[in-house]
Amino acid sequence: MSETQSSATQSAAPKPARATKLGVKLIGVRKSFGSKTVLDGVNLDVAPNTSMVVLGGSGSGKSVMLKCILGLIEPDEGVIEIGGQDVLKMRPRDRAALMDRMGMLFQNGALFDSLPVWENVCFKLLAQKRITRRAARDKAAEVLAQVGLAASVGDLSPAELSGGMQKRVALARAVAAEPEIVFFDEPTTGLDPIMGAVIDGLIVDCVHQLGATAISITHDMISARRIGQQAAMIHKGRIIWTGDAATLGETGNAMVDQFAHGEREGPITMELRR
Amino acid sequence: MFAAFLAALGRPVIGACRSAGNLGLFALEAISHILRPPFYGRQLMRHFIEVAYFSLPVVALTALFTGMVLALQSYTGFARFNAQSAVANVVILSVTRELGPVLAGLMVAGRIGASMAAELGTMRVTDQIDALTTLSTNPMKYLVAPRVLAATLAMPLLVLVADVLGAMGGFLIGTIKLGFVPASYLKTTWDVLETEDVVSGLVKAAVFGFIIALMGCYSGYRSKGGAQGVGLATTSAVVMASILILALDYVVTEAFFAQ
Repeated sequence: MSETQSSATQSAAPKPARATKLGVKLIGVRKSFGSKTVLDGVNLDVAPNTSMVVLGGSGSGKSVMLKCILGLIEPDEGVIEIGGQDVLKMRPRDRAALMDRMGMLFQNGALFDSLPVWENVCFKLLAQKRITRRAARDKAAEVLAQVGLAASVGDLSPAELSGGMQKRVALARAVAAEPEIVFFDEPTTGLDPIMGAVIDGLIVDCVHQLGATAISITHDMISARRIGQQAAMIHKGRIIWTGDAATLGETGNAMVDQFAHGEREGPITMELRR
Repeated sequence: MFAAFLAALGRPVIGACRSAGNLGLFALEAISHILRPPFYGRQLMRHFIEVAYFSLPVVALTALFTGMVLALQSYTGFARFNAQSAVANVVILSVTRELGPVLAGLMVAGRIGASMAAELGTMRVTDQIDALTTLSTNPMKYLVAPRVLAATLAMPLLVLVADVLGAMGGFLIGTIKLGFVPASYLKTTWDVLETEDVVSGLVKAAVFGFIIALMGCYSGYRSKGGAQGVGLATTSAVVMASILILALDYVVTEAFFAQ
């Protein structure tokens, strides 16, 4: 799917059956590992039903921020609100219930090697006992079709798939339980440009069909423009800019524009050693 | 100068205490997940078969040859004191009380402990453990609890087989090579064997199974970095499990047989 096609899908597609009311808000989130500060007071507001792309260089804190939102890492300070509730102050059971409404596509897919593809895709539905094993096979075939894979792929093991197919299966797994917030960690990393465009198109379609809020982190500018409505840039653990994803490269912010154009000279300098 | 010396001395001690504390907390969490639902029966069965069935050949061969060597060595040793008739006693007591559980434990530590550490370590460094959390599944409950329970249940069965085959190894050498009368050898074996001998071995086996799986899961679960981290986790799992097996062997023996 080309960039134009993908954007067209985003605007011309029918309205989703539902629209989530869950947004994400980070206020002053800090996280350090030993003496190294990774998040230095991150403030970010992602409105419900918005696709937000967070840009940033390697080591800027993007992944740590995502893991803090998902509850995989506890921040040292700050507030993380999902649907208006401070998740850091919630009881574990309530937090787990909220996390059930989220999906995540990991950078390398993170598919379970010991399970066939169909079980990977329906893992969450099976874990929550929302579906029988027999029904899960049918559901997996349905979701695999959504990401352009044949039902027969369901019987393969993840090791038998190419990188692009693994990414599609991981996307299928992320959306199979129909989450209200979906996170994408470097969705096109390691893929050729065509497969990257295909994955971007699928992400746009899936998020639209789900009526979900999406947060993607990437340093692929083409992908960012395709999948994002809003964009933010994180640098040295702080959000330094937020705005319309379509304006990336012409934001007027010297750091963002340097990053968007991939220019060597500019306010962002590569620190070879910290 | 003196403060620096004390600091250098104290750092590894504090590190060791921290590691022991982390391991203890990990063990308690694993036990709590074993006891509380939801239970993953499919996972439990998979790991039980992995430990009990696929470890059977290596444990069986180890036990058989150990029994054979034990009969031969004790015969030649006891011949110096004209005590050859004690061979059957020594073989059955050594195998059931010590050699069966300890050797089976060491073999399973090498096979299963390493495999668990490598599998969980790879899952950790490829984000599969984080993925479980995002898929509404507690990794401790799904990955660790079934492995620990499976190894704890499977090891006594393996040791029971090891006991039988170890005794059979001694019997074969005793009757074929050393000239014992089969019926007499079997009668001596049966007469000397007490329930406590077998039970103590099976209790040891359960303890060793728990330790092997715990160390495999702990090392793998906490591994960091890439392939090197997984390699270190695997080595650490086998070494620590082997040391703990020998140490706990003494503790359980003391508990059962101390006068």
